[in-house]
Amino acid sequence: MSNTGLVLKDVYRIFPGNVTAVSDVNLEISNGEYIVFLGPSGCGKTTTLRMIGGHDDPSSGTITIDGELLNGVNPAKRPITTVFQHYALFPHKSVLQNVEFGLKMQGVDKTAREEQAKAAIDLVGLSAMMDRKPRELSGGQQQRVALARVLVTRPKAILLDEPLGGLDRLLQMKMRVELRALQRELGITFIHVTHNQEEALSMADRIVVMGDAIVQQVGTPEHLARHPRNEFVAKFMGDNNVLHGKISAASGGVVTIDTPYGKVEADGTGTVGEEGAISVRASVVKISTDAVPSINGVKVRLDFAEYLGDSVKLHMDLDGKPFMAKVHEDRYAEIRAYEGKDVTATWAREDGHLLEQ
Amino acid sequence: MSLLWYLIAIVILAIPFAAMVFLPINRSKPILLVSFLIFIVFMYGPMLTMGVLSFQGPFGSMTLPAKDLGSLHWFTELRSDSSLMVGVRDGISKSLWISLVVAAITALLSLTLGMAFRRQFRGGGILFYAILLSLMTPGLLLSLGLSFLLYYIGFDKGQGILGYVPIIGVQAVWALPFGFLVMMSVFNRYDARAEEAARDLGATSITTFREVTLPLIWTGVFGAGLFGFTLALNEFERTFLISGAINTLPLKLYIITSSSVLRPYVYSLGVVTILISFLLIAVFLIVSALTGRKKDLAIEEDDGGSMDASALQAAPSGD
Repeated sequence: MSNTGLVLKDVYRIFPGNVTAVSDVNLEISNGEYIVFLGPSGCGKTTTLRMIGGHDDPSSGTITIDGELLNGVNPAKRPITTVFQHYALFPHKSVLQNVEFGLKMQGVDKTAREEQAKAAIDLVGLSAMMDRKPRELSGGQQQRVALARVLVTRPKAILLDEPLGGLDRLLQMKMRVELRALQRELGITFIHVTHNQEEALSMADRIVVMGDAIVQQVGTPEHLARHPRNEFVAKFMGDNNVLHGKISAASGGVVTIDTPYGKVEADGTGTVGEEGAISVRASVVKISTDAVPSINGVKVRLDFAEYLGDSVKLHMDLDGKPFMAKVHEDRYAEIRAYEGKDVTATWAREDGHLLEQ
Repeated sequence: MSLLWYLIAIVILAIPFAAMVFLPINRSKPILLVSFLIFIVFMYGPMLTMGVLSFQGPFGSMTLPAKDLGSLHWFTELRSDSSLMVGVRDGISKSLWISLVVAAITALLSLTLGMAFRRQFRGGGILFYAILLSLMTPGLLLSLGLSFLLYYIGFDKGQGILGYVPIIGVQAVWALPFGFLVMMSVFNRYDARAEEAARDLGATSITTFREVTLPLIWTGVFGAGLFGFTLALNEFERTFLISGAINTLPLKLYIITSSSVLRPYVYSLGVVTILISFLLIAVFLIVSALTGRKKDLAIEEDDGGSMDASALQAAPSGD
């Protein structure tokens, strides 16, 4: 058996009524990778996950794991199990009975499956609650039972549908770290679906950004944060400023765009006269009271400075459009003095990022 | 004159509503309490009267005031060997058996129908209303029509074991919409994600049904059966013209009330049948209390437990 991991090739899912839920998805996921599908609701991420899990079938295209075709294979027969949104624990079974269910279905005898189930429960730190019913557990504990229930069957990949959605924020932060640590130790592929950018950035080896039924961009968290491919990704990842205009010059690997707010430059290639856009991350924008430079600088009005603990987020107004910057928290007092006043926002050419149209 | 009585009745009925609308809550409460008590007396008064009158002595009367209260005479009378009482007891046992069968049929059909209606299917809407139609069909006319049909096809009413078939049939049709609606509401609140998880973990459809679905809905199935039982036990109209020589309890009571001198044993009989129904409901409540729905324990959001890295060594290694 090969070790090619999970491969989605030309996968489409078209629902009755000609609604395209997923279009032209091509992905190669290595074994042991932590992948996060990120996108707004209705973007096709959950449908993609369901197709991988076998709870839905592609209209066309193939899904393989280590070279084995999964199309049409019953979810139970796949080496992939799902941690469902809201966990879907069996409410009438105890923690132990929940966890051993998969083994029972595989026909493992009672003593062996109890032993393995107990090991899995131990793994998620719930040994003391083996005989409780799910309703006697907190949200975080139910989440762990759901994890133990799939881990015990030793899948090649685990699918997690909004696994942290039902938890309060503190517990979310804790579970992020725990889930990631667990995945690293076990070396199993985790495919995790969320609409939360912060969660995706903090957990993924690679993020698959989906929007409008297609894959918008695939990359490491760092790459996505720094180099959003198009406007959808730039806007969805947040904290990016997008400036539109017409390309007025393109030579030597540098493109100049005339925006209504001034000229901007970025590395890249383009055709003069065409539409162009760049994105600038909030954290690379510099704020000063200097004169506005002729290039890569705009005049903005500072509406409000938001203190975030380690940084200050500046909500500014660029001729009626929002513009953002992030500066070190040291400057909070200074920045607050500018509230309601005009300031100059600048950035280096290499920090501006040309977007695909 | 009668118009005046109607007006008085309307005013009395309107008082609690007016109190609710126009008075502050603390002022309207006593008025509402009184009207509630009137309602309770109206509902349970006859039953209570029946209960009281059943404990009279041998010279007991059919109406209040009761005579020689505190005697079990009319209950022991139920056990006498008079042909009347033999017939009554026969009616009770026939009714019990018929009701049990109807209960089983109602529970089973309600379950399968409920399962079917979890998905949309062609003709589902028509079937839904067809089932509910039996609620609206006049029972006596149904009985009449069926009796003509049975005559036409040469079926001997009330003969042998086959004679029970039409009785059980009409009673099950009568009880089915109630059981069906119970199951519809059960599946309405039912969370199908657990089933999806079961299939994901390797359970077949049958195993999923046995391990997950049935344990979660069986109190509903039991409830549907209970409806079937009590409705069948009290069913008169639909059974009336098709039962032939098989006299169920309600039919027997009808015959007695219309053809002989009534004595307080009818009250003690009423008490006994109500007790049977109460017993069943009690069994239902006890069983459902034992099997499910313990109130949520107090839950602290996180108990400090965590996924322990040292335990990871014992983890199954994917090979």
